[in-house]
Amino acid sequence: MNEQTTAAPGPVVRLIEEFHKLPGVGPKSAQRLTYYLLRMPVAEARALAEAILEVKERIIFCATCQNVTDTNPCRICDGDRRDRSMVCVVEEPMDTLAVERSGSYQGLYHVLHGAISPMDGIGPEELKIEELLARLRGDEVSEVILATNPNLEGEATAMYLTRLLRPLGVKVTRLARGLPMGGDLEYADDVTLTRAMEGRQEVEQ
Amino acid sequence: MAPPRLYKTEAIVLRQRKLGEADRILTLHTPAYGKLDAKAKGVRKTTSRMSGHLQPLNRCMVQLARGRTMEVIAGCETLESFQRLRDDLDRLSRALYVAELADRFLPERMESVATYRLLLETLRRLQSDADQDIVLRYYEMRLLDLSGFRPELARCLGCNQPLQPQQNFFAPAGGGTYCSSCGAGAAGTRTLSLNGLKVLRLLQRASYKETERLSMPPALAQEVERHLRSYIVYMLERDVNAAAFVERLRREQQPLEV
Ligand SMILES: [Zn+2]
Ligand SMILES: [Zn+2]
Repeated sequence: MNEQTTAAPGPVVRLIEEFHKLPGVGPKSAQRLTYYLLRMPVAEARALAEAILEVKERIIFCATCQNVTDTNPCRICDGDRRDRSMVCVVEEPMDTLAVERSGSYQGLYHVLHGAISPMDGIGPEELKIEELLARLRGDEVSEVILATNPNLEGEATAMYLTRLLRPLGVKVTRLARGLPMGGDLEYADDVTLTRAMEGRQEVEQ
Repeated sequence: MAPPRLYKTEAIVLRQRKLGEADRILTLHTPAYGKLDAKAKGVRKTTSRMSGHLQPLNRCMVQLARGRTMEVIAGCETLESFQRLRDDLDRLSRALYVAELADRFLPERMESVATYRLLLETLRRLQSDADQDIVLRYYEMRLLDLSGFRPELARCLGCNQPLQPQQNFFAPAGGGTYCSSCGAGAAGTRTLSLNGLKVLRLLQRASYKETERLSMPPALAQEVERHLRSYIVYMLERDVNAAAFVERLRREQQPLEV
């Protein structure tokens, strides 16, 4: 923290520090956000604080697909117009939003909450893989679409899942290569994502 | 010597981590400037032209601009992408282990042509049909050597006598080997079989070509791996993360081989 910050009153410093902990928020942005909030009407500030608390208190993980939700099962798992024979496996909850937005998919999801990253010590046991296998033990699901990110960790995760899923006799497909290597799924545009979904291919291995 | 403000160098991407919304920080191994961090802007966006070139384990030609806190990547193109490593999980897990070791052993910004060459050759060997675990053991021993952690395998650390052709003791904390009489009482030692000692010595002095003829029964391979790993963990004062994944894949593959 620089001098300007340490000269500020305690509560201001505290809020700056809290903002600074957020992803993508540097010390400058943390200050800017804090001083913006200081000028905000009390009602708005309260609404923001309540929204944060509500997220923490009301949002849970769907016991089936592990996505964030306020109902269990979530609206997608519970939806009667979804194709229950397909499960699209993604790394993060935000990835389901990207696929939903593209409108190219009507099946169910499974959120892993991460990707295998051996150098960072993130192995399969850190991900929601057991939960995925449990879903596949019934015979409702016939296709699993691996929609992990097209980067090294995402590919490693897809290869690992393929090894586990193949013996279960389920069809395993991977999004088509239209997505550029290294990009994150959450940033993919709808057209690219739709094309990747439609062009998905069965994994050989 | 400090590099110029804008410079071009060959590099192998050791690892990358997310930074902010769409950037990444890459750890690169270059021959002339050693290991260094560089910022790649906007590469998580799917419109980035650079992201594909900057995947870990890629060998590429990068253009770097010296920044205030770290270099910024101004351009890059792939020289070698090691596709066979990427398409095979067993090879990939080992290659990541290799990259992690390089990252942990190399100091920042010290010219290191020898470790660069070793890393490059090791990645190429992991793509070949060579015994993958021997490739790893050779790499570990060479990297220890080049980083100044060469284990003593000729004489006893206690009495300084040449080791006899029999069971001895390996002692990471001592930096090598104890003879059968000095090692029995010393703390933190593990028995080292005669064949284990022979393999370790071969890895230390032979060229990679000469180790290609080496074939170890599983128990011996395990012993050598265990000794080298304990030595590395002792020197680094920490575990090597990627080792756990290599071991897990090996464990999970086993029932299929019976
Ligand atoms: Zn759900
Ligand atoms: Zn001795």
